[in-house]
Amino acid sequence: MTGLATRRAVGSRRVLATVGSAVLLAWAAVTVAFLALHLAPGDVITAASGDGGDASQRARIAHEWGLDRPLIVQYGHYLLDLLHGDLGYSFVQGDRVSHILFGDQLWSTVTLAGTALVVVVVVTPVLAVLTAGHRGPLAGLVSGLELSAASAPTFWIGLVLIWVFAFTLRVLPVTSGTELQRLVLPGITVALPIAGVLSQVVRGGVERALEQPFAVTARARGVGPVRLRVVHGLRHALVPATTLAGWAISSLLTGTVVVEEVFGRAGLGTVTVDAVTAKDLPVVLAVALLAAAVYLGVNLVVDLVVPLIDPRLKEGAR
Amino acid sequence: MSAVPLVHSRPSPRTRRLPLAPAVAGLVLAAVTLAALSPSVVAPGDPLHIDLVQMHAHPSLRHPFGCDQLGRDVWTRVVHGTRQSLAIGAAATALAVVIGVPLGLLAGLGNRVADTLLSRVFDLMGAFPEILLALVLIAITGRGTGNVVLAIGIAAAPRFARVMRTDTRLVARADHVLAARLLTRSRTRIVLRHILSNAVGALPVLVTLGLGTSILGAAALSFLGFGTQPPTPEWGSMLAESRDDLRIAWWAVFFPGVAVTATVVATTVLGRTAQRRFENRVSA
Repeated sequence: MTGLATRRAVGSRRVLATVGSAVLLAWAAVTVAFLALHLAPGDVITAASGDGGDASQRARIAHEWGLDRPLIVQYGHYLLDLLHGDLGYSFVQGDRVSHILFGDQLWSTVTLAGTALVVVVVVTPVLAVLTAGHRGPLAGLVSGLELSAASAPTFWIGLVLIWVFAFTLRVLPVTSGTELQRLVLPGITVALPIAGVLSQVVRGGVERALEQPFAVTARARGVGPVRLRVVHGLRHALVPATTLAGWAISSLLTGTVVVEEVFGRAGLGTVTVDAVTAKDLPVVLAVALLAAAVYLGVNLVVDLVVPLIDPRLKEGAR
Repeated sequence: MSAVPLVHSRPSPRTRRLPLAPAVAGLVLAAVTLAALSPSVVAPGDPLHIDLVQMHAHPSLRHPFGCDQLGRDVWTRVVHGTRQSLAIGAAATALAVVIGVPLGLLAGLGNRVADTLLSRVFDLMGAFPEILLALVLIAITGRGTGNVVLAIGIAAAPRFARVMRTDTRLVARADHVLAARLLTRSRTRIVLRHILSNAVGALPVLVTLGLGTSILGAAALSFLGFGTQPPTPEWGSMLAESRDDLRIAWWAVFFPGVAVTATVVATTVLGRTAQRRFENRVSA
């Protein structure tokens, strides 16, 4: 009874520590972003008042936006605003960053990333289960393709897909057609490099599981080959795959940045590229912070969930 | 598929296939290096020569990769672009090593406070996707080849620092370091001779794999218009220049991408082969 209670206490302490370090990292990221905004050349007053702004006009804007207060006060306001989802003002557009990012742009990017995620989740296990343990020419071809997909530039994959499916075969439109039709090619483009890496990892996991004694036992018990791979192999492969979830989400986001540009889609990626071109630091930083927050959140969930997939890791966590 | 017995001892794992892939990868990298060092040997033409008569010319014997929207020979431009792409990748990787290795060593050798602090910095940088981190740096410094090197190098540094930290910790606990300490060797000597020399063992693998990643990142930034500016041939910016004419001249887009992919695949294959060797040696 007491043993169970201590184990639970250790478990909740571990959860607290994991959550705590994620929050600490997020706070550090925000602080660095704030410092970068203030130390980097170019400022919001010049952007808002234009070249012709005289001293009194500059002072008025500075006062209006609280830029004449001590840095530490500004930092406090920055943190408070951030908690309300307010990311400050764009240097170039003079609008609130949250207005520029949230809304249609964010939704468009989330749709694209979600589509890509679905493709990854469907393609990866199927490829891994079908090729695990095989050494024939077909398996060699598949692993060659995976390696190429993981090594090719995303924008090039996108352009090749456009040329093949939109221009030559004329089966999928790029600019016309329904929203769903327009999602297919960019979704696959973002997904391919990620699926290429993940299916190598998952296949390795399945192969390692199939080599273990329990696989022989399961076969002897009458578990069919397909069932063995899917039920037992995939569960074992899930642990190395989930530890890569943070990386996968990062790739999903960076993939959309470039792919939106290739397919001429509106979204956070297009906003980011335009902001980098215009040296609009608050917007670029906001997107980077958003990506970091997603990464930290996903890793937090993975840290908490992995012991549920593989109970053996609970012991190691102590 | 169902005819294949599932539970079996694996027949001599990949003894036949193993040497072929690294050999091909080595050949590709040798060719790429040759093209980077002396492009005129491989492609004697002028990569900037404009010939509007040859605009969008199909691939032929005279122009194996065809011609682009200004009638420039794509083969010549791909070959001459090698130097730029490879140099950016190599310089960025070198920068990442120069920043990452000392920081990782410091974290590995330092006391708990220094280690925690530095590790948190690595975690913090690692939380940002590398390309986005690089884009933030470019938003501050502005576009240009040098700034791309800087951005990619800094963004990749935590990768090297983390591995160095772990390996330094491992080596510092080894018996031979204890022995050296008992022999009252100076601290500098122990760090340089006994710890650093052993902890950098994983570095060649990391550098080889990192080179591919840097080349990919540089190509992406150039494609977005932040790196090498036209008309200088570079794989990423060539793609960006020709993408509008994809419908009529696919070759001007296709072949620069093939060059990037082949180079990155080659570095990955070589890096993994070296990694397998290295791990076998360590575990043996």
